[in-house]
Amino acid sequence: MSHSHEQHGHGDHPEHLGHHWDNLQQQFEAGKLGMWLFLATEVLLFGGLFVAYAVWRGNNPELYAYGSEYLDVTMGAVNTVILILSSLTMAMAVTYAQLNRQKALLVCLILTFLGACGFMLIKFFEYSDKIQEGILPGAAFYDPPPNLEASNYWNPDLPIIDRHTLLALRIEAAEREREGRPAQIDRPRFGEVSSVAPAAVGPAGFDPDAVRARHVRGEKSKVHPLQDPNRPVNAHMFFNIYFMMTGLHGIHVLVGMIVIGWLIYRAALGHFGSDYFTPVDLGGLYWHIVDLIWIFLFPLFYLI
Amino acid sequence: MSTLSTHPSGTNYLNHTRGIMSWIFTLDHKRIGMMYLCSVLLSFFVGGMLAVLIRLQLWSPEASLFTQDQYNQIFTLHGAIMVFLVIIPSIPAALGNFVLPIMLGAKDVAFPRLNLFSYHLWVVGALVFLLALVTGGLDTGWTFYTPYSTDTDSAMGGVIPALTAAFILGFSSIFTGMNFIVTIHRLRPPGMTWFRMPLFLWAIYATAIIQVLATPVLGITLMLLAVERAFGIGIFDPSLGGDPVLYQHFFWFYSHPAVYIMILPAMGIISELISIHSHKHIFGYKFIAFSSIAIAIFGFLVWGHHMFTSGQSSLMNVIFSFITFSVSIPSAIKVFNWLATMYKGSISLNTPMLYALSFIFIFSIGGLTGLHLGTLATDIHLHDTYFVVAHFHYVMMGSALLAMIGGMHHWWPKMTGKMYSEFWGRIGCGLVFLGFNLTFFPQFMLGSQGMPRRYAQYDDYLPETVQLFEFYHQLSTIGSLVMAAGFFLTAGYLLHSIFFGVRAPANPWGGRSLEWQCASPPPHDNFAETPTVGDCYDFSVLEWDEKEQGYTWREDVPRPGEEGTG
Repeated sequence: MSHSHEQHGHGDHPEHLGHHWDNLQQQFEAGKLGMWLFLATEVLLFGGLFVAYAVWRGNNPELYAYGSEYLDVTMGAVNTVILILSSLTMAMAVTYAQLNRQKALLVCLILTFLGACGFMLIKFFEYSDKIQEGILPGAAFYDPPPNLEASNYWNPDLPIIDRHTLLALRIEAAEREREGRPAQIDRPRFGEVSSVAPAAVGPAGFDPDAVRARHVRGEKSKVHPLQDPNRPVNAHMFFNIYFMMTGLHGIHVLVGMIVIGWLIYRAALGHFGSDYFTPVDLGGLYWHIVDLIWIFLFPLFYLI
Repeated sequence: MSTLSTHPSGTNYLNHTRGIMSWIFTLDHKRIGMMYLCSVLLSFFVGGMLAVLIRLQLWSPEASLFTQDQYNQIFTLHGAIMVFLVIIPSIPAALGNFVLPIMLGAKDVAFPRLNLFSYHLWVVGALVFLLALVTGGLDTGWTFYTPYSTDTDSAMGGVIPALTAAFILGFSSIFTGMNFIVTIHRLRPPGMTWFRMPLFLWAIYATAIIQVLATPVLGITLMLLAVERAFGIGIFDPSLGGDPVLYQHFFWFYSHPAVYIMILPAMGIISELISIHSHKHIFGYKFIAFSSIAIAIFGFLVWGHHMFTSGQSSLMNVIFSFITFSVSIPSAIKVFNWLATMYKGSISLNTPMLYALSFIFIFSIGGLTGLHLGTLATDIHLHDTYFVVAHFHYVMMGSALLAMIGGMHHWWPKMTGKMYSEFWGRIGCGLVFLGFNLTFFPQFMLGSQGMPRRYAQYDDYLPETVQLFEFYHQLSTIGSLVMAAGFFLTAGYLLHSIFFGVRAPANPWGGRSLEWQCASPPPHDNFAETPTVGDCYDFSVLEWDEKEQGYTWREDVPRPGEEGTG
C-alpha cells in the first residue's frame, strides 16, 4: 500500500496531491493525524456531557433508575446492532477501496448509509413516542410532584440560619445521638447550605426499592410520570440529559449520513482506488466514533 | 552574496495575485494571517474604546456617564471581545499563521482550506456577536455565569447570540490548533528536528494542544447553556433542580487552559525576541521548550481555583491551590532563562526588544500576584476585587497583548516589506508601558483596600474610603488615556510605514530562523526549494551589511548543507 504511494509521488504531480506536500504518503498521514485530532475534540465534546451525566447520576441516582423505566430497551438494542453492523460495512468499504474493488466499495457504502437511515428511523419513532406522551426535556415536563409537602424539597420561605446557629444545631444533634434520642430532622439547614434544591432522597419522594423490585420482575411502569404519585422530585432531569446526549449523537449521525452520501457519490464516479482512498478512510474513522459513542450511550441510558 | 534571500525579488505574496476576491478566498497562510491580523486589530480597537469608556465612568464615585445597566453591558462587551475576538486568535491565528510555516520551512500549513474555513468561521462568529448587540445586548460578564445568564427576567436578549458566537469562534480556534499540530508533525523539512525548531513553534504547538483539547468542552458547555436558556431544561438552573456551580466547573475547565492559550504563544514570541535582539544563543533551549509543554499540562489541572469561594470542598480547594502554585515553576524557568540569555549579550534596544523587556517586567508582577490569589487565605479577601482585575490585566493585556504587539513589530518588516520609524516605535512602546502600569498598578491598591470589581459606582462607602478609591481610580483613568495615546501613535507610524516606509531588508534584526532567509515580504510559496536547517539561535554566522541595511551571512562561513562540499 505504501509502496504504491511512493511510486506515485515520484512521477509528475499526482492529481490528488496538494502543492505543499512532497508525496501522497505524507499527505495521507497528515490527513489521518488531523482526523484523529478531530476525533479527540469529538470525544471531549461528548466528554462534557458524560461528565454532566456522571455528576447528576451521582447526585440523583433515583432519577436515573426511575427515568430509564420509560425508555424502550428493545428499540435501543436494535439500534445498537444496526450501528455496529454499519461500522462493519464501513470498515469493509475502506478495505475494498484499498483493494481497488469498486463495486464492493459502493455496495458497502450504500449498506452503511442504509444502516444510518435505519438508526435514525428507529430514533424517530422513539422520540415521537416520548413527545406524544408529553415526556419532554426541560420546563415543559417540569412539574412539582404531588407529594411535594412530604419531600425534603427546598423551601425558599424557610429562614436562613447563620453559621453559629447551625453549629449549635449540629452540636445538639450530636448530643441527641450520643444520648440515644432520635435525631431531629434539621430541615432548615437546606436554607443555609445552598440555594440549590436538593433532590428527594429515600422514601420522601420516591422509593427506589420499589422500582428495583419492579425492574427485577421485568414489569414496565405503565403509569405516565406526570400521573405517578411516586414520581421523584426533578424526574425531568433524566430526560434532559437523555435528550441532550442522544440528540447531539443524532446530529452526528445526520452529519455522518451526509459524509457517507458524498462518499457514495464519489465512489460511483470511481474517484477512489488503491492509490487514493483517504476520504473513505477518514469518513470511516468518523463513522466509527459516532458508533462508539452510541455504544456508551445505550447501556448508560437503557440498561443501568 | 549580498543578501540572505534565496529568491529573486519581484513578485511576493502581496502582489502575487490581485483583487479583493484573491484575498477573501485565498489559501495562502500568509494572506490568511494578515486578514486575521487586521480583524484582530479592529476588534482590539473596539474593545479598547470600551475599556476607555469604563475608565471614564469610574473617574468619579457617582455613576456619571452611564446607568448601571449600561455599565454592565460595556464591561461585558469589553471582556468578551478582548477574550474571544482579540487575545485568543491574536498570536496563534494572526502571527502564528503567517510565521509558523515559514519558520518551519514549509510551503503552507497542512490543511490550507481548513485554515481559510477557520478564518471565515471567525468572521461569522464576530458577526453573530454583533447580532447579540442588536438583539438586546448582554450584561452577564464574559463568563456567562449561571443563574444570571439563564434568568430570562434579568439577563438580556443577546445571551443566546453571544453564546452561539463564542461557540463558532471556539471551532475556529480548534481548527487552527489542529492545523498547526499536523503541520508541525508532518511538514518539517529534512533537518528540522524537534529540537531545532525555534521556540515560538514549541509554544504554538503547546498552545494548539490546549486549543484542541479544551475548546470542545467550552463548546458543549455553551451549547447546554443556550439550550437551558431557550427551553429551561434545568441543567444549570437551581430552580429546576440543576447546579449552577457545575456550570462554573465546565466553563473554567476550558477557560483556565484558555488563559494559557493566550500566554504560551506570547512566551514563545518573547523567547525569539530576547535571543535575536540580544544576538546571543538562547539559554536553556530544552528547558524553555519543555516548560511550554509543562504549562500546557498543568493548565488543565487548575480550573478549580476560580471556585475557591463558590462552595467547593476544602480538600479540593487545597489541591487546586497546590497545583496552581506549581504552574509558577515552568513560568519562572522561562523568565530566568530569558534573563540568562540577555546576560552578556549584545542587546539592541529595538522596539521589539523594548516590548520584550516590558513583557518580562509586567509578566513578573502579573505572575507573582497570581500567587496571592492562589493562596486560599488571601483569596478570600481578594476574590472579586480590583486585585483580580489588575492581576489578569497584567498577564492578559500587559503580557499576552504586549508580546503580540512586540511580535508584530518584530515581523512587521517581513509581513509588509517596510521598516517603521524606530524613533516613534520606542516612544510608542514607552507610552504604552507607562500608561499600562499607571492604569493597572493602582488597581492592586484598590483591590487590596476592598474595591469590588464590576461596580458602576463606588459612592456608598465611608467618605475617606470613597476618597481613597477615587484617587486610585483617577490615576488608573489617566493611565488608560496615556496607553490609548501610545496605541494610537503606534497605529499611526505603522500605517505610515506601509505607504512611506523604507524598503525592509530580508533580515533587519539578525535572526537565524528560516523566515529571515526568505525575502521581505516572502514570495508566494515561501521557498523555491526546501531550505536547509541549522541551529536557529547561532548568530555567529551573521554580520551586519551596511549596504543592505540588514544582516547577511558571513562569507567565510559555509551554509548548513554546504559544509561537506567546501
